[in-house]
Amino acid sequence: MIPAGARARRLGLKIFHWSVLAVFSVLLAFPFYWMLITSFKSTRDLYDLENNPFVFNQRPTLAHIRLLFGETLFLRWLGNTAFAGLVVVAITLVLAVPAAYSLARLTGRWGGRVGIGIFLTYLVPPTLLFIPLSRIVAWLHLQDTLWAIIVVYPSFTIPFSTWLLMGFFKSIPRELEDAAMVDGLSRFQTFLKMVIPISVSGILTVVIFTFTLVSQEFVYALTFISSAAHQTVGVGVPIYLVRGDVYYWGSLMAACLIASLPIAALYNLFLDRFIAGFTVGAVK
Amino acid sequence: MTSGRQRWLGPVMFLPAVLYVIALVGVPFVLAFLYSVGDVKVGSVGYHFVGLKNFASVLRNPTFLVALRNSFVFTISSQVLVLIGANLLALVLKDAFRGRRLLRFLILLPWVAPVSIGSIGWKWILDSLYSVINWVLVHLHLVKPFSAPMWLGEPKLAMLSVILVHTWHMLPFATVIILAGWTAIPRDIPEAAAVDGAGFFRRLAQIEIPMMLPIINVAVLFGVIFTFTDMTVIYILTRGGPYDTTQVVPSMAFFTGILGGDLAEGAAISMFLVPLLVVVAGLMLRSAHRSEVA
Amino acid sequence: MAVVRTRGLTKLFRKGQVGAVVDVSLESREGEFLVLLGPSGSGKTTLLRMIAGLEEPTSGEIWIGGTLVNDMTPRQRRIAMVFQSYALYPHLTVFGNIVFPLKAVGVPKEDRKKKAEWAAGLLGIAHLLDRRPRELSGGERQRVALARAIVREPSLFLLDEPLSNLDAKLRASAREELEQFQKRIGTTTLYVTHDQVEAMAMGDRVAVMNSGSVRQLGTPAEVYDDPADTFVATFLGSPPMNLVPANSAIAGFRPEHFLPAGFLPPEERDLLLRFRVGHEEYLGAERILYGVLEGEPFEGQKVVSRIAATHAVRFAPDTVHDFAVAERNLKFFDPETGVKTAPIRLT
Repeated sequence: MIPAGARARRLGLKIFHWSVLAVFSVLLAFPFYWMLITSFKSTRDLYDLENNPFVFNQRPTLAHIRLLFGETLFLRWLGNTAFAGLVVVAITLVLAVPAAYSLARLTGRWGGRVGIGIFLTYLVPPTLLFIPLSRIVAWLHLQDTLWAIIVVYPSFTIPFSTWLLMGFFKSIPRELEDAAMVDGLSRFQTFLKMVIPISVSGILTVVIFTFTLVSQEFVYALTFISSAAHQTVGVGVPIYLVRGDVYYWGSLMAACLIASLPIAALYNLFLDRFIAGFTVGAVK
Repeated sequence: MTSGRQRWLGPVMFLPAVLYVIALVGVPFVLAFLYSVGDVKVGSVGYHFVGLKNFASVLRNPTFLVALRNSFVFTISSQVLVLIGANLLALVLKDAFRGRRLLRFLILLPWVAPVSIGSIGWKWILDSLYSVINWVLVHLHLVKPFSAPMWLGEPKLAMLSVILVHTWHMLPFATVIILAGWTAIPRDIPEAAAVDGAGFFRRLAQIEIPMMLPIINVAVLFGVIFTFTDMTVIYILTRGGPYDTTQVVPSMAFFTGILGGDLAEGAAISMFLVPLLVVVAGLMLRSAHRSEVA
Repeated sequence: MAVVRTRGLTKLFRKGQVGAVVDVSLESREGEFLVLLGPSGSGKTTLLRMIAGLEEPTSGEIWIGGTLVNDMTPRQRRIAMVFQSYALYPHLTVFGNIVFPLKAVGVPKEDRKKKAEWAAGLLGIAHLLDRRPRELSGGERQRVALARAIVREPSLFLLDEPLSNLDAKLRASAREELEQFQKRIGTTTLYVTHDQVEAMAMGDRVAVMNSGSVRQLGTPAEVYDDPADTFVATFLGSPPMNLVPANSAIAGFRPEHFLPAGFLPPEERDLLLRFRVGHEEYLGAERILYGVLEGEPFEGQKVVSRIAATHAVRFAPDTVHDFAVAERNLKFFDPETGVKTAPIRLT
């Protein structure tokens, strides 16, 4: 028995609610829909100004995708990115997991400050460091190789991951670790045998986010790697899928789609964890 | 808790990470400063201290002044749009409803997809000939064919496009943070405000938003840093053009220092990012300290 | 001053139509302190929230002061509510918290200040007006919540377990203060709690609830001495009433009425029972004896006796004694429904 006045107000709110959502979803997701359509539209259809761009005026085609995989370096870029991602994730885990645990548990007040310090380094932008880093990379003879970015990327994935994991470790009840130590494990053994296994989901979150940070990075890859064959997907796709001045739009859009959707799916799965880590860290 | 013998364990565990970060962030930071007060170029061997010569030269460069102004316009406009958009979006997303998961996925896409990928997608949408937006405008008879806007070709439009694309990219991140702020408000408090006689807008303005201010702060400060220091969207959409009208400080540092090989001048340009970083970092720390005392 | 009345109030939840509140009709009296008492999940808080307007009833009517308020927002109902967590606005000072309801209805600044100071004075927190909630103790926060509630001079007070967040020692004195306070301002008050001691001490009347319905509404004496069913009988009183099957009914008698036969005058030893003492708890002011009955038809039934320490008798474990219950202290309940039934002869 909802009375008329309240019912009208509720309807109004619903309309407002859904229109805002509709507008935003369209605005935010449209480019991806556009990538989808463009990937499968035949070239003639694509470049005919008379045609309605929202529909397929001629039969959809797989030509662009075939070109992408057959005649460009796209697969190579995917491989490069995956490889770099894996190695960076490994480096990050090895360094950040112990660091986060130590700062969460072993260092008291000043540990918190070091933690904040580490976090602040995340704010130092690549566009400030890339000039000196390009010299350092050259000095290490890593220029134009994937190793340049493999070495440099942990400089931001480590702070980010450490901060995420600190919040996560802090949320583990101390009693669990105390019990393990009473049972005879040393602090480090407790860390290895008890804390890490419990934290698998937190560590997995860090893995996913580190990987996405790697695949999203643009500036360092653009700066340190000059030949197309050694590039990552994030730089290769927007920069090298051209002939002269003309972009291969069909293949380009297909590449975009393939480069974004898997990451998006993974990210979405782990978002709640990330938010939890973020708010624990930020609002303490 | 930790016996005297094991007091070294803590530092040992975090030292590798700290050293790595110092080596790859701290050292380059110092180097950037040294380059900016020196005369290093790619291929040069020695180093000479030149004081503030590079900075003076940079400040005399009219392109740089344009870039500096553009940086502020770019950052402030996009952040204002993001703030408004994210708050609105968070308002409609905070209460559960059917299909929320799917919608959340769609809304996250601009942030999750690599920004370079999203930008090149927009480049196609804004293409001078084949822009789907222009097609719609022409067919709605809002513009005449062949005089449709050149989104990336005309100075003012190019700036607008760059701002909008960057806003598009940042919106999901800010929304997620603000949503977290909403869920952090205990259910009791808006209910108490309702019982106390506060209507929807009063509750929002006097109770809910003030309670979320620390988190909104964080979202804004992050956004300002990531926007002011970012060059990706601009590089991909316009390369700073047409004629440097969308050039910003970080992109100019790139063109000068990396592509142009003038490390000293490039470093000097990028040093102009530092004051902003310091201010923002200071604000963040103060806000964090305040909420900790709370 | 208002009378709150509900008629057939029901709230069902989606999953399998589980009822949080089922067909509750009750009516408060003017100025009374009415306690809604029940275990968790009994629906007492949901009932309170529906009256406040925070929860929408599935069916039924709510009347406050003679007006049907179903369509009204909480704001329009002119009620005040104190939440279990107090729900103080953390970013406002105590003064800011107290004046907030006045600001919300547009009371001018001067009047706001006067009323806030009046309310603060009434609750003894005038010296805390500049503090923030996070700087206050639990007891102080509770008083701020109360000040914020009375400052609008509402017609109805709703309190949701406001003492449960205080520690035990504080709770007793806070309880007394609350009682005095309510008597002084005289506003009709609905008070939700799961603590039967609180309910008995504070309530003018108690509505005992379980599984969404009101089992009995009466004064503390009525619900204690004359429970309407076995739920009420065992929920009130600690240790709970002894219930033993007897012929075709259930007989009940409270531990304090189940005494050594010698304590009762002969004409009152209406039900004689053989009691084998199991173990004894010495609580200082009284002793609790746990044991079993012997002899048909009560063989093996576990019962409890409660003896004031003023009686210096000792009972060795595993000894059998004659205990008795007076007829007026015997209650009878239907074995299937648990509802109170007419007395039956037991002998």
